[in-house]
Amino acid sequence: MARKIRVLVAKPGLDGHDRGARVIARGLRDAGMEVVYTGLHQTPEQIVEAAIQEDVDVVGLSILSGAHMTLFPRIYDLLKENGAEDIMVMGGGTIPEADVKALIEGGWAAQIFTPGATLESIVDWINTNVNLN
Amino acid sequence: MLQVSKLLEGDKRTAAKMITLIENDGEGKQQLLSEIYPHTGRAHVIGVTGSPGAGKSSLTDELIKRARGDNRKVGVIAVDPTSPISGGALLGDRIRMQEHALDKGVFIRSMGTRGSLGGLARATRDVVKVLDAYGCEIIIVETVGVGQSELDIMHYADTTLVVLTPGAGDHIQTIKAGIMEIADIFVINKCDLGNTKKMMIDIAQMLDMSPRFDGRWRPPVAETSVKNNTGIEELWSLIGQHLEYTQKSGELDQSVRNRLSMEVVEMAEEEVRRLLWEQFNKNGSMDDLLDKLAQREADPYNEARKLVQNFICQIPNGKEL
Repeated sequence: MARKIRVLVAKPGLDGHDRGARVIARGLRDAGMEVVYTGLHQTPEQIVEAAIQEDVDVVGLSILSGAHMTLFPRIYDLLKENGAEDIMVMGGGTIPEADVKALIEGGWAAQIFTPGATLESIVDWINTNVNLN
Repeated sequence: MLQVSKLLEGDKRTAAKMITLIENDGEGKQQLLSEIYPHTGRAHVIGVTGSPGAGKSSLTDELIKRARGDNRKVGVIAVDPTSPISGGALLGDRIRMQEHALDKGVFIRSMGTRGSLGGLARATRDVVKVLDAYGCEIIIVETVGVGQSELDIMHYADTTLVVLTPGAGDHIQTIKAGIMEIADIFVINKCDLGNTKKMMIDIAQMLDMSPRFDGRWRPPVAETSVKNNTGIEELWSLIGQHLEYTQKSGELDQSVRNRLSMEVVEMAEEEVRRLLWEQFNKNGSMDDLLDKLAQREADPYNEARKLVQNFICQIPNGKEL
């Protein structure tokens, strides 16, 4: 069975910088994954709906706006409401270390990458953590 | 466990998971599809094809809007190319359709081609069936950006739109075989860019020269601009007219029958191919044979015939197919 990892790369909220998200999308594509990119200014509701319809394994959120402490929990809660909490949420962006810790410990994010993280480390993390069964 | 009853009730997660299973050629796929099959055949399948950047996704977005205006449940399958190098894909058609992300009457699924060369994925046909059984009355299938000869969509769609843009090619392009022959409706999108008249004339001349349309549906040309929101209403009405025409003339029935016969034979071919490979690899002396072929002591033409003969001989001996 030719299973492929599917990832939704999403930009929630109001920040308009998607260079990072596009670099990640491209990098995951080159690592053999199917990447759904939904563009800028997505609401948590739109992201969760797309994640469910596209049946992705991972949602990757790119957040540079500082609203991460609101957006991550909101998206996680919506996934849960829809019985889709098995979809992993990861993120990237300018997120302070203390917040990274709080988001992961709170269970709202499975992993968060901050500036300087290599594409390899992100690809490796996804390959290791997606359950291919 | 995925239940067809849940799909028929319109459970979104079930539909999405079934599509994944089918795409991945997962265990139980055939069983699932044969259970779904009796509940299909109701949706009107609209194909949207055309070159990269012609505006297929934006146009699809507009068609979703019209279909929702008529209160019809809509499914969209948007295909983008899979990388032949990495096997990955960037599926970006959804970007143009985000307005409908929260509409419960719209289900959008992106697919990579995964090695298929006809503008769609191998699994697209079966995904159409899932969305049909899920209750979508209109299913829009958007192909990858095509060149001249990725034409699979003509076999899958009830109504095929070929999306063009003004100024794309001279009149020779319109008389070439391939993409220009499969349209039920031509769409000149981005008509705000101007100069659509020349293209209209080229298309009309091409159609005039073909006796194929005498007394039958002659593909009309719609001029649309998603940017200025013009021509979409007319296009939507042409799509309805085409459906009505094919239903009344019996052409829809005929094309459904053609499609089904293709499906059965293609699936059988696939199975036979798999069994032939099995047989070929099972043959313990394969290395010898390959040596002989490489040394020109045997030839592929006779070996192929022998393979088929052996294969057929084995069937009566209780080989389970």
